[in-house]
Amino acid sequence: MDNSIRKVAIKIEGVKKKYKLGQIGGGSLQKDLQSWWARFRGKEDPNSRLGEGERIKGQTFMALNGIDLTVYKGEALGIIGGNGAGKSTLLKLLSRVTAPTEGTIDLYGRVTSMLEVGTGFSGEMTGRENVYLNGAILGMTKAEIDSKMEQIIDFSEVRDFIDTPVKRYSSGMYVKLAFSVAAHLDSEIMIMDEVLAVGDMAFQKKCLDKMRDAARKEGRTVLYVSHNMNTIRNLCDRCIVMHKGKIVYDGDTEKAISLYMNQGNSGSGVCYDYTDIKRPGVASMRLELRNLRMVGRLNNTVSKGDTLELLIGCRCNSGGNKTGFRFEIRSDNGDMVGTVFSDKSLVFADGEECEIRVKLPTDNIAPGRYMAVALAYEYNSAGQQVYVDRVEPAMFFNVVNEKEGAMAWLPQYWGHVHFDDMTVEKTD
Amino acid sequence: MADKTAAEQSRHIHISSKRKLFTLNLGEVWRYRDLIWLFTKRSFTVTYKQTVLGPAWIFINPLLTSLVFSVIFGDIAGLGPEGVPQLLFYMCSNGLWSYFSSCVTGNATTFTANAAVFGKVYFPRLTTPISNMLSAIIRFGIQMLLTACLFVYYLANGAVTPHWWAWALLPIVVLHLGLLGMGVGIIVSSLTTKYRDLAVLISFCVQLWMYATPIVYPMAQIEGGALKTAIALNPVTAPVELFRYAFLGQGTVAVEGLVLSVVLTLLCVIFGIMIFNRVEKTFMDTV
Repeated sequence: MDNSIRKVAIKIEGVKKKYKLGQIGGGSLQKDLQSWWARFRGKEDPNSRLGEGERIKGQTFMALNGIDLTVYKGEALGIIGGNGAGKSTLLKLLSRVTAPTEGTIDLYGRVTSMLEVGTGFSGEMTGRENVYLNGAILGMTKAEIDSKMEQIIDFSEVRDFIDTPVKRYSSGMYVKLAFSVAAHLDSEIMIMDEVLAVGDMAFQKKCLDKMRDAARKEGRTVLYVSHNMNTIRNLCDRCIVMHKGKIVYDGDTEKAISLYMNQGNSGSGVCYDYTDIKRPGVASMRLELRNLRMVGRLNNTVSKGDTLELLIGCRCNSGGNKTGFRFEIRSDNGDMVGTVFSDKSLVFADGEECEIRVKLPTDNIAPGRYMAVALAYEYNSAGQQVYVDRVEPAMFFNVVNEKEGAMAWLPQYWGHVHFDDMTVEKTD
Repeated sequence: MADKTAAEQSRHIHISSKRKLFTLNLGEVWRYRDLIWLFTKRSFTVTYKQTVLGPAWIFINPLLTSLVFSVIFGDIAGLGPEGVPQLLFYMCSNGLWSYFSSCVTGNATTFTANAAVFGKVYFPRLTTPISNMLSAIIRFGIQMLLTACLFVYYLANGAVTPHWWAWALLPIVVLHLGLLGMGVGIIVSSLTTKYRDLAVLISFCVQLWMYATPIVYPMAQIEGGALKTAIALNPVTAPVELFRYAFLGQGTVAVEGLVLSVVLTLLCVIFGIMIFNRVEKTFMDTV
């Protein structure tokens, strides 16, 4: 369709978002006064520290570094990218949770943001009371909620429990109810951050269908962030790929997905740098995984049965413990395929920097595209594995079957694991 | 169709890095009036669910506090008022003070207490302090019902002679106190996003503030001099005295004190909304 006659729903121009690194404010009035006094006298701020790197200047970090984007009415736009690429920050700006550091955003229409399901739900209140409260937080009036109450309850499949406090709900019921409220909003623009990853499979499909209808039949604009490529494929007709705070691709969904799946720091996906990747949930990074490269390869395509040889650069921040490694392997639609553990543990000294050679056999991995999450772990006193670093995504790779006469693998029926052949013979 | 285009235009939202110093946007707050009411309802539901006495706590708490005040400050310290039933005086004063202080402390944690919700979805942030003030007004009203029972009893005995003509001012006085409390509260809440110490400091300061206000003693007890000037400069003094003047027929109303209090209240509210607007845009990055 000709863009000049299509109605603009969202227009983003030159948006940048700067975050301060380290502890912000820290609640210390004294340091702030000290900094202010130094600036006042024209001296150097005693509390500033200089960092390095192109996205990190001083103590700041550009989460978004110049975003220009126009989304038209009725479009379903997918946003993909690795952790720390800036997807969530972009959604936060669009939902007006925080303001941009530079640039402007124009939104034409009512906006509903679902960065989380069940915002403002209160455990003490019943399902029905929470529907009212959550609906009002999302911008509905009481009259609007009244008129949609029946639809919401039907969609949520929790009619029998609607007058029970939600603290008695199972987590599945909770998210089903919460999603139902959001799905019934009359807004022109819907912004969603992986909220479809809730409930059982049947409910997920129902949600996805509802969203697709919203975009295709009702002409609403949907922005959707996900790591699940299948839902992106199903829902979106246009897709952007983000990397390090910039949009690196904008266009066809399939092309965007293949670009993302093959995206490494080098073009061919054989070298990865982890220093900029955020590590949510890592309490103490006792062993830091810094980079990874595939040895002896020009690209990240592996012939099934070959051994993938890797070198992982590490730095030990607090040594002395036995450290094991594992890769959690996921398929391109986000399904967990399996996990591979290291055959032994290694011990590192404080401050040691070294490379670990990894040999990863691919015999049992079915042909397809994969993403791996790398973890380094130790055992705590209770004998449980606690991870000391976790990098997601750690690498992307393709497995192909180049053997002569190899059959095409059908992952939708056969899964992603190719077990060793079983033996069959006729008994006499 | 012309209406529709107008409606569509009104839904245009422009976000930019530049901020206006003062935006009230009452129209938007008004569109979210149902949310304000639901927040208010929630504060009651959540507080009194699964308690044995339920909303009776709204009565019990001030009644006991007033009795203690009456015994300690009235009987033991001899600070009580003259010509007015002591218990009624303390019920009235204590009700006013707990209303004012809950406006301050309830709003002082607006940002930090609601960070989880504010971080996920946009709605006019001003709805939270307004609903806090509304629930404080409702609590005050319920407490006043109890005070009114006592008042009727004393009135029948002829122990109290209210200034009926001044009753018309009572709603304004209540609103005035509420706005002052909310103003102070939102200033503190805006600063607490950066300096957490203030949250601790404020609950302690509000306690001390009570002694600088004629709550446990009537203004008439204070002899002249610096102390009296200091207490008269306190913006809470004038509305409290005016309230008791109308309700109990006790107290002195100084016009200059009232004017000062109104001016300070307006300054607090305007400055409060200014700093609140500034903080609400980006506080999620620092909280």
